[in-house]
Amino acid sequence: MESLTFRHTTQKPLSGTKAQAITGVVASGNLEILLERVLPPDAFEIAIETPIAGYGQVWEAVVADFVARAQPGGVRISINDGGARPDTVSLRLLQGARLLEA
Amino acid sequence: MAGPDRDCLSWFEASARQRLDALLDAGTFREAIGPAERRMSPHLPLFDLPCAFDDGIVVGSGALDGRTVFVAAQEGRFMGGAFGEVHGGKLVGMLRAAVEAKPEAVLLLFDTGGVRLQEANAGETAIAETMRAITEARAAGVPVIGLIGGRAGCYGGGGLIAGTCSRLAVSEGGRISVSGPEVIETNKGAEEFDSRDRALVWRTMGGKHRRLIGGADAFCDDTVAAFRAAALDLIGRAPAFDLAMLEAEQARLRARIDRFGDCRDATEIWARLGVNDPEAVPAMDTRAFEETVARVEEARHDAR
Repeated sequence: MESLTFRHTTQKPLSGTKAQAITGVVASGNLEILLERVLPPDAFEIAIETPIAGYGQVWEAVVADFVARAQPGGVRISINDGGARPDTVSLRLLQGARLLEA
Repeated sequence: MAGPDRDCLSWFEASARQRLDALLDAGTFREAIGPAERRMSPHLPLFDLPCAFDDGIVVGSGALDGRTVFVAAQEGRFMGGAFGEVHGGKLVGMLRAAVEAKPEAVLLLFDTGGVRLQEANAGETAIAETMRAITEARAAGVPVIGLIGGRAGCYGGGGLIAGTCSRLAVSEGGRISVSGPEVIETNKGAEEFDSRDRALVWRTMGGKHRRLIGGADAFCDDTVAAFRAAALDLIGRAPAFDLAMLEAEQARLRARIDRFGDCRDATEIWARLGVNDPEAVPAMDTRAFEETVARVEEARHDAR
């Protein structure tokens, strides 16, 4: 297993007040994403556990793109990965942010 | 999963969380040991396998048509919904809590291939503890209703646990057995059981067969609304749990072996049950199938 952690500073907090959300399933080509609103409003952190080693740069790029699009300030995301492709990861992240905004 | 399609959500396609969310009265579900507590398998990392935050089972309480129920839902897509140490511990803990709290029922949303091989000893123990906890809940007067219609079916130890429930509801896609198709083929050969013959798998282990021989007590369409209606109906007619009932169940199982033990195919059993056109059963819609079931005496068995 490879553990990756990325931190970002955002321009604004994620809208809404929901404290927690979870989406996805740990299955082949899929992943689960747990979102918790536990950080200062301008902070974002993501911790990834993946069985597929060596893709740190891809994860970093996908996460940076998500942060730029969603501005998920205040949120800590934890991921259990089942070998999802970058496009799946990207969609799940946006889906998770939408759940937390609801 | 709020919205107009909540009721017609496919049970087979839905995740464990979606099933619970749509099954219970809106907004009533309270999860115990939720994903944020991160009670994950201590064994899977040893095999370099990813964990799930809830270890593949969601447990808690909620309301079903205003009645308090305790619930557990297995996630069939995470490791085939298999029982591991934490997974089993959450289920057993919920059942033991039900003995104390005495909700109006416990609902078990099975979706499992059995024991997780990576933590087999813990998983086998969990199966045994779950069966004991179910009997204790039933003895305390709490009906335990199994709902089976997930993609993993209800196999291995899950099939044994289902046998200890008060009542079972199953859909066409749901399958109930102990040894799965691939297991039988591996041990006995493709001549004994060809696991790639899907029609054979479904007519031997599928919901319609289980309903016809009385192994399941309700047959549902593959929608959350159908399972909800079945659960409410079955809670209302859960059997007693006493010695007389268990002896009667044992006698019925013995009679089943005597009557069908020499059959080579489920269609032979259906013919012996008095089904006019056994070959037509797999293609029947729910209504036609219900009419067939109504004419079969054994479908009213309490024996699993």
